[in-house]
Amino acid sequence: MTSTFLPGGRTGPDLAPPPPPASRGRGRRRRRTLNLLTAVGFQLPALVLFIGLVLLPMLFALYASFFRWGGFGMPSDLAGADNFTRLFQDPVFLGDLGRCLFLVVLSLALQLPFALAMAVLLNQRLRGRAVYRMLFFAPYVLSEAITGVLFSMVFAPGDGLADHVLGAVGLDGLGGEWFADPSTVMATLFLVMTWKYFGFHMMLYLAGLQSVPPELTEAALIDGAGPWQRFRNVTLPLLAPTLRISVFLSVIGSVQLFDLVWVVTQGGPDHHSETLAVTMFQYGFKRYQVGYASAISVVMFGICLVFSLAYQRFVLRRDLEGATTTMRGDGT
Amino acid sequence: MGDRELSRRGFLAASAAAGLGMTALSGCGGDSGGDSASGTTTIEWWNISTTEPTKSVWAALAKKFEARNPHVKLKIVQLENDAYKAKMTALTASGKLPDVFHTWGGGVLRQQVDAGLVEDLTGRTRPWADGLLPVAKEPYLLDKKVYAAPFDIGMVGFWYNKALFRRAGVDTPPTTWTGFLDAVGKLKAAKITPIALAGKEKWPGMYYWAYLAMRTAGIDALRKASDTKDFSDPGIVAAGAHLKELVQLQPFQKGFLGAAYSAPTGQAATVGNGKAAMELMGQWAPVVEADAGKGLGSDLGFFPFPAVEGGKGAITEVFGGGGGHALRRGAPQAAVDFLKFFASEATDLELVKKTGVLPVVPAAESGLSDPNTKAVQAQLKAATGFQLYLDQAYAPAVGQEVNDSVAALIAGSKSPEQVAQSITKTAKQEQ
Repeated sequence: MTSTFLPGGRTGPDLAPPPPPASRGRGRRRRRTLNLLTAVGFQLPALVLFIGLVLLPMLFALYASFFRWGGFGMPSDLAGADNFTRLFQDPVFLGDLGRCLFLVVLSLALQLPFALAMAVLLNQRLRGRAVYRMLFFAPYVLSEAITGVLFSMVFAPGDGLADHVLGAVGLDGLGGEWFADPSTVMATLFLVMTWKYFGFHMMLYLAGLQSVPPELTEAALIDGAGPWQRFRNVTLPLLAPTLRISVFLSVIGSVQLFDLVWVVTQGGPDHHSETLAVTMFQYGFKRYQVGYASAISVVMFGICLVFSLAYQRFVLRRDLEGATTTMRGDGT
Repeated sequence: MGDRELSRRGFLAASAAAGLGMTALSGCGGDSGGDSASGTTTIEWWNISTTEPTKSVWAALAKKFEARNPHVKLKIVQLENDAYKAKMTALTASGKLPDVFHTWGGGVLRQQVDAGLVEDLTGRTRPWADGLLPVAKEPYLLDKKVYAAPFDIGMVGFWYNKALFRRAGVDTPPTTWTGFLDAVGKLKAAKITPIALAGKEKWPGMYYWAYLAMRTAGIDALRKASDTKDFSDPGIVAAGAHLKELVQLQPFQKGFLGAAYSAPTGQAATVGNGKAAMELMGQWAPVVEADAGKGLGSDLGFFPFPAVEGGKGAITEVFGGGGGHALRRGAPQAAVDFLKFFASEATDLELVKKTGVLPVVPAAESGLSDPNTKAVQAQLKAATGFQLYLDQAYAPAVGQEVNDSVAALIAGSKSPEQVAQSITKTAKQEQ
């Protein structure tokens, strides 16, 4: 294919059949320019939008994080690194980091394994399998705000469904104040997050399981492997790329958690469920200390960036091989 | 800042507010730019009355004013509460305000006055403004100058369930802090939850601290603290200590730290359904209690925040706020005429009857029928001092810090001293 001469090996359609050999050199150059223009033309709108709505605001937030700034007019009161030093002395912010870690660890240790178990289960021949899949996936379709309102009613202390159900089966002692108690709020929040998100991860795993060739499992079966061995040595390794993506999504989601917390607790009681994004919102839109809020968002961005890069470099490398656009071409 | 207003008007607004505001905007878009050549003055009137019935009542009043003043046209611009605040902040930064605009007074108005954007109405509203309820004018008095005319005023106090109080053997509402704590004890002994509190939203908790500070340190000390950015006054710390006494009695409903204000399981509903004996809330409380819960009907009573023994403040000093209209600097005389029209007895009577506000013109009291509203009005009329809602009186960051650290005190993670320190620290950070 002639188009393999182009950068990236994938740009532009073939606009015309290859010209006769005599004018090939000039024609190729012309075609190349034309293709380049086409590429730029197609990418320009997206590029303008990306730069205008993503890149510039990000750079501006970085700039603003070095100022004491109320959010109107241009930042002028330079604060140097003050916002950042203040940040790392703020018990709420440090608590945010701890809670973020709490959610990440619990997600990886409980939520994802649970999702995997459900996926493996629902990959079996099972009566009503499609119904189960749909039911478990349904919570993911709900918006976080609706989920939040729903569960603040379910977990209303004393009056909520949760307490009534526990009472009905004689487990009154287990009922507590849920979201209203500083010591249980995070666990309750995690419960709701699991309810909402395990279905999504389960779907990912199910899709991954579909692509595990049955021959391999059958071969293992013939070799005398038990169910656990088949899962451990055949299914799991083949599911690894899906797992890695799912872990990635889960971690980034935990770092950026906002809507659910805001609706259910607004970060309370007494900051015990506050996340980085909630703290940022409080300072940016309640206290109008936009410079400080920008500093929080910069740190959040930094955490996500470092994690993403490291994860891609060390964990996702094998999966991404050949998938990303490189300048290597196809070697023809 | 936003929180209280949002909740107060939020319940009234349902979801229509934003849409209505937009409709109003687009409706007014066409006839802008009145032709001054033919002698017509166009006055832009920005307000936040996006909900019925206020919206149409105000529109009708505007028509009435136009009919009486044929050379004046009123252009109404209505924005929903939070949108209005955001828009006004931007306008203040740009230096151009509307001819007539809604204000809550306090810190934001001071900012606009300091920027030289607001007309000094001291001379121009004489003598008619002298007849208005003094306490209603209070939020707009800065350095003894008048910057706005009020149309609404209200205050915070205890709304209580008479039946539950009787059952606990509390015959008359307490007038002293000790008496109040006693009443709480009696209610608890009678297995009644004494107080409902929306811990999640923080501002209802702030009311306790603010009132206690007014009673112990006094209004002047609070003003001084805000001016000098130093809240370490012993009276203010003592207010926190008194609040702690109350918290230690565990007077609040189960799970109050997670409770919202107007939600179906929130503070207002808890009182409205008779599951707690009282709440400290503004004059809008009965409406929300009936809206979020069943409402108490004739069992509902009102009593002012009790005095603290040995404190500098009196029981007659009120904590509250309202709404007023300010003018941009250099606004035409017609705008002043409009303020006069809006603060007239006839207008106020109509507002009291149709939109449920408390009268700012004493004579408009005749429009009140509900005994509790009358009790609030009596308290306001006899007020010997006034403190604006702290989250409106102070800069947003300071107001939020007050809410936040008082919430921490109620949750038990901050001491009264630490509350004073946190607020001082935040106040000093703001320039």
